Amino acid sequence: MAPPKVQALALVDCNNFYVSCERIFRPDLTHVPMVVLSNNDGCVVSRSNEAKALGVKMGAPWFECTALAEQHGILAMSSNYALYADMSNRVMNILSEFSPRSEVYSIDECFVDLTGTPKMREVSYAMRDRIGMWTGMPVCVGIGPTKTLAKLANHVAKKHPRSKGVFNYNALSPEQKTQLLAHISVEEVWGVGHKLTQKLARHGVHTVQDLRVAHVPTLRAEFGVVMEKTQRELQEVPCIELQEIQPERQQIICSRSFGGMVTELDVLKDALSTFAANACAKLRAQNSHAAVIQVFLQTNRFRKELPQYMPSLAVPLPYPTHDSLEVNRWASCLCERMFKPDYQYKKAGIMLSEISPVTRRQGDLLEPETTSNAKLMQALDQLNQRYGRGTVKVSTQGAFKGWQMRQERKSPNYTTCWDAIPVV
Amino acid sequence: MKPKFTRRAQCVNLKDWLFIQYIQGMSSPLDSSLSPVFVPDTPVWLDVCTWPVAAGFPSPAADHTRKRIDLNEHLIRNKEATFIFRVKGDSMSGIGIYEGDELLVDRSIEAKHGNIVLAVLNNDYTVKRLYRRGGVVKLIAENPLYPPIVVKEGEELVIWGVVTRNLHKLY
Repeated sequence: MAPPKVQALALVDCNNFYVSCERIFRPDLTHVPMVVLSNNDGCVVSRSNEAKALGVKMGAPWFECTALAEQHGILAMSSNYALYADMSNRVMNILSEFSPRSEVYSIDECFVDLTGTPKMREVSYAMRDRIGMWTGMPVCVGIGPTKTLAKLANHVAKKHPRSKGVFNYNALSPEQKTQLLAHISVEEVWGVGHKLTQKLARHGVHTVQDLRVAHVPTLRAEFGVVMEKTQRELQEVPCIELQEIQPERQQIICSRSFGGMVTELDVLKDALSTFAANACAKLRAQNSHAAVIQVFLQTNRFRKELPQYMPSLAVPLPYPTHDSLEVNRWASCLCERMFKPDYQYKKAGIMLSEISPVTRRQGDLLEPETTSNAKLMQALDQLNQRYGRGTVKVSTQGAFKGWQMRQERKSPNYTTCWDAIPVV
Repeated sequence: MKPKFTRRAQCVNLKDWLFIQYIQGMSSPLDSSLSPVFVPDTPVWLDVCTWPVAAGFPSPAADHTRKRIDLNEHLIRNKEATFIFRVKGDSMSGIGIYEGDELLVDRSIEAKHGNIVLAVLNNDYTVKRLYRRGGVVKLIAENPLYPPIVVKEGEELVIWGVVTRNLHKLY
């Protein structure tokens, strides 16, 4: 009998994704130390290699970095998600041509199943080169027999310039594997965070190799079944399957921290109407409807000197819907119920749950005729897709300023907006 | 003449109607969740026919319908690798590329001698004709006012992509 075939999963990961997206359209920034900031220009979410070398930490609040930034001329940009999404789609579409089996794992990572590919090395470099040439995005490829080891191989490809961006764990001898894993901190393993690393260290587990050969019953007793799965994956036993089709969302949450403090009911309702519109557009895109709506308001929990109020209210909808107008009416009604003056609100959000496909809908004789709205929503989605998000909206939506995201350093939507295409 | 429809009719026996719906529901794999419903005794108005029904001869063109021409398909060779740029300046006016025109730039094409390229020279974008012969690399403008740029050794020239189309507005 032939031995079971060893899987070859490739994890393709974009290098410093957000920063790289910005640089594609700004060749003058190629060697400039730079970072991209999260919503409201809060924290560092992507760093160029130069910024990493200067000691800017991932996730650091930007206001803590300003002194360092001034000293070294580190450039900070707001996140431009329209641009990042378009670049991500291009990369993912290119990758899908390399294998019939792949899983888009995040905006900048994709698992590609290369099992059985005869020229693994050539194909890996071809993936890297084609993405680089066609989109300008630098990527690293890590190949392993399990998802966990593919992730680790990608880490090796990123850290060692000699790999030229491709590292194949499957090509190592057993001795080389042991030696490699003994040199990598257990913190780099997929799913092992900072906290678990400290806990593992108390059990004498410091390197990936330590974890691979750790005592199984102890591990299970101390860390549970998830860590055991991780260990099995390190031992080349696949435990985490490739998810080719993302399960339909069971919950859709749209929430945002405001650019400033909000005290008025009308402004809150205005923000919620935008969230309702976005959430419903997502529902319609997956052809489903929701039966429960929940609205929440939050004051700024970091400002301890201010009075705090974080209410939340959920109600079942009379019948499942994906109609922006309908959901907006309920959101606004719930907001009125919860709103108390004299608080400074920092965040609000809307959550739709009990989501089911429209085809499974149970009819109700008492339900009002909704076809006219369905057509309206279809027209609304098409217009917003063609002319940009927020072109056509519910009348309360966006009438008041003051809650929108702070994005003072955002680049233009180079690839998704006709008026913003780069000038040469 | 369009046929007339009775828009509404009284459904005398609602229970029969529900039963039909129930049977239809059972035969459909998508909707097996129909369960018994409370049935009121009072008559209920139901829509009988609210959709238009075609009358007369079917259109002779119906068998010949095709999708309308999609310009994206014809203008874009490779959509993952194509980007749009807007022109500034008149250095290429000799071949009909004017300020404000939109260029389609394809990154997947290997730039050859004679191609119109979007180049990055010393961190600046420029659109020029690529000259590459006998170890000499030049960027040539299509306007006598602009002399050719000879790329010297040590200068950094990156070909960002090859220009495949120019969209010039006439109206």
